[in-house]
Amino acid sequence: MSTESTPAPSSSVAQDIQPAPRFAVSALVTNLREYGLVLALIAIMVFFQFTTDGTLFKPVNLSNLVQQNSFIIVMALGMLLVIVSGHIDLSVGSVAGFIGALAAMMMVIWPLGFLSNPLVVSIVCLIIGGAIGAAQGYWVAYHRIPSFIVTLAGMLIFRGMCQALLGGGSSVGPLPAGFKALSSGFIPDLIGTWEIVPPTVNLAGKTIVGSGLSLHMTTIVIGVIGVLAYIYFGLKARRAREHHGYHAEPFVLFTAKTLVISALVLFLVYQFATYRGLPIVLVVMGLLIGLFVFVTKRMTIGRRIYAMGGNAKAAQLSGINIERLTLFVFINMGVLSALGGLIIAARLGQAVPAAGLGSELDVIAAVFIGGASAMGGVGQVIGAVVGGFIMGVMNNGMSIMGVNVDWQQVVKGLVLLGAVVFDVYNKNKA
Amino acid sequence: MVSTILEMRGITKTFPGVKALSNVNLSVEEGEIHAVVGENGAGKSTLMKVLSGVYPDGTYDGKIIYRGQECHFKGIHDSERQGIVIIHQELALVPMLSIAENIFLGNEHARYGVIDWHANEARTTALLKKVGLNEDPKTLITNIGVGKQQLVEIAKALSKEVRLLILDEPTASLSEKDSQALLDLLLEFKNQGITSILISHKLNEVNRVADHVTIIRDGQTIETLAKGDISEDRIITSMVGRALEDRYPPREPDIGEIVFEVKNWSVYHPIHAERQVIKGIDINVRRGEVVGIAGLMGAGRTEFAMSLFGRSYGRRITGDVLFRGKPIDTSTVGKAVQHGIAYVTEDRKTYGLNLIDHIKHNITLANLGGVSRHGVIDDLRELAAANDYRGKTNIRASSVYQMTGNLSGGNQQKVVLSKWLFASPEVLILDEPTRGIDVGAKYEIYTIIARLAAEGKAIIVISSEMPELLGISDRIYVMNEGRIVGEMAASDASQEKIMRAIVRGEGKAAS
Repeated sequence: MSTESTPAPSSSVAQDIQPAPRFAVSALVTNLREYGLVLALIAIMVFFQFTTDGTLFKPVNLSNLVQQNSFIIVMALGMLLVIVSGHIDLSVGSVAGFIGALAAMMMVIWPLGFLSNPLVVSIVCLIIGGAIGAAQGYWVAYHRIPSFIVTLAGMLIFRGMCQALLGGGSSVGPLPAGFKALSSGFIPDLIGTWEIVPPTVNLAGKTIVGSGLSLHMTTIVIGVIGVLAYIYFGLKARRAREHHGYHAEPFVLFTAKTLVISALVLFLVYQFATYRGLPIVLVVMGLLIGLFVFVTKRMTIGRRIYAMGGNAKAAQLSGINIERLTLFVFINMGVLSALGGLIIAARLGQAVPAAGLGSELDVIAAVFIGGASAMGGVGQVIGAVVGGFIMGVMNNGMSIMGVNVDWQQVVKGLVLLGAVVFDVYNKNKA
Repeated sequence: MVSTILEMRGITKTFPGVKALSNVNLSVEEGEIHAVVGENGAGKSTLMKVLSGVYPDGTYDGKIIYRGQECHFKGIHDSERQGIVIIHQELALVPMLSIAENIFLGNEHARYGVIDWHANEARTTALLKKVGLNEDPKTLITNIGVGKQQLVEIAKALSKEVRLLILDEPTASLSEKDSQALLDLLLEFKNQGITSILISHKLNEVNRVADHVTIIRDGQTIETLAKGDISEDRIITSMVGRALEDRYPPREPDIGEIVFEVKNWSVYHPIHAERQVIKGIDINVRRGEVVGIAGLMGAGRTEFAMSLFGRSYGRRITGDVLFRGKPIDTSTVGKAVQHGIAYVTEDRKTYGLNLIDHIKHNITLANLGGVSRHGVIDDLRELAAANDYRGKTNIRASSVYQMTGNLSGGNQQKVVLSKWLFASPEVLILDEPTRGIDVGAKYEIYTIIARLAAEGKAIIVISSEMPELLGISDRIYVMNEGRIVGEMAASDASQEKIMRAIVRGEGKAAS
């Protein structure tokens, strides 16, 4: 979310034309894209909540939704940087598949001794992912070969290597439980469960799964702390701006935004708490999202990536090493593709030749739905994340509704087109 | 009898947050050449876009009366059908198509979509004759010079049965000779009864051909002068809203020791490896001194500056760069900046700005370290810095959050300058710092240069405008064909002396 707004007119400069009362309206208009995207996600969620007779927000389904789509969002974080820097990476689905296969071979087939420990394997796989990113980024950065071509080649190469590793069409598994926890595990309840309504016991003396109401208290505490921190830092940033004499975001808008987001987070946290708590993969994803928001909004390296995507020549003449930066962006993408591959394998419990097949398109779509420009220089992390969730909720909702997979694709395609058309229309109107 | 062909009454056009035109009136007589002058950002181009329907009816207030009828143009096609044709500053030709294909693009002589090339080429030949261009209609646009391309644009306008021709800075990128030819052509059209509106910065051209001059300032009509009353001083006064006794700010040079020195600098062409572009240049700049580098186009001045600045141009670069007597490494832009060198490019849109980002981010880009700690940017410090430099260089914008792509040329130049000032360099290389900006903004840039020199910076100014160099420099190097062919104190330099040095240098190079 952007908290930027117009500063006070400085004395020596031509007068600001915008009168103060129009701030609320103009701030809303300038941020329409970002607010609109979140509202669209909420609308889509509410829509499916009705059409699936309330299944969408059921705690079990929310956990499923996160576990099914987290790899898209993880990879979308890397793809956002790639697209903002003016490139594209078509190889991410294949790299994810290859890394999944490699991880499975290391843990199940190859006699590596202690090296086949899931944690060691995961770290090795992330490093190899980074190396793959570097190998592709090298050609893009230092030889100026279009990323579309380099990564198209990578897409073929790593899909082929994935299948070759698995020995043709077979799958490799089962993977150890410790590894599968990455996708299907939940955070441990350190505080203890608060049983509000004890579960019903049936006549045979067995408890009925899903009955009663108990809360995963660690989840609740994390959620509440998170929301309080969000409100605290929001207020603090506001006060700092006002203290320095700059106009902050209009208070009404700030309050509304904070309340809506806090309420949404608390609601989701509560739902998770009534089930088994926060999925581990959600925590991993959340931390990564936070990291990438920070990097793009607050760090010099993020700023440089936007500058490079906006005008590479000007960035270069401003002292930015654009070759190295491009290489970094692709290494980052490689690591996140590898993480995506691990998450897929962990969820399936085995490595299959088709793992991640076609997911590059979902990832790229998420970034574009999130408002990134195909020309580079424009795009937000939160946008890509929300875009990923929009895709995920649609997948999940339509599956529950029993919409045919073929038609699901049609709908997703239309949503992608619609989002971009909306964007372009908005831009031209402004 | 003189009749009015076009009258624009009370035109007001607002963009979000900015009033671009406010109650502008323009009255053009049939068969005249009417010049519209004003500073960059004054609203000339906006006015012409209103007239030609780029901004459709309903998006502005006011009336357009053309040949006695009120017009409601919905788009550029509507105005073209009425014979109003606009030729933009940036030429709109397709480089890999031929002259004939370009002239009839979208308007081909065709039957059921099949093009009749004979008809097209025959008509093209006739049109080219009218504009005095002797080229085969099949020649590709990319193979002819800018001057001839401009003529093709005009031929294209003629093909549309033009009655009112609008030219937006037509001579901006033309040589002296081509400019003269173009102006002659306008006079010729006038004899044939075609009315022209000429938008120009070059007051001598306006003086030569215009029957009336309308001056626009800050989105308002200031006055319209008839032929007899046109004088450069009067126009300048109206344009900037004050009398310009002096086009250059006064300064008292306080020149110290040598700060920056380049010795025996040689550079080869990046593609044609055997071609030496820069041939053993030695220059030096002192503290508080403004040193000009004069020369013709293609003398190698920009190549020299860019090769100095992080080897951004050329190959096989040899020579020494000394800062306060010590050799420094300028092999990357980052290192050059660290050593206190800044290069402000001649081409701000391509090399200077991120046009899709706002002023604040552009200003801090070359010195992000100055607003961050451990790689984390302090938003408030950045905002303060951006506002500070916006004030110092007098950037006219609604706020530092305005996109640089929406600023006028002069204000864009100030943003680029701010970016480099914020990097707090000791040596500034300014490459054509006032290219394409108006008189008022030029004066402001000169003032900034004078102030920097007074602060003790060493400044190199590359410029093709000799009066400018003579006006602001303390010392002038003359460059030609990759060599320094002359050096003179500004006090005893003159345009003739500089030209003589260039010509003599040419003779030397040939022998």
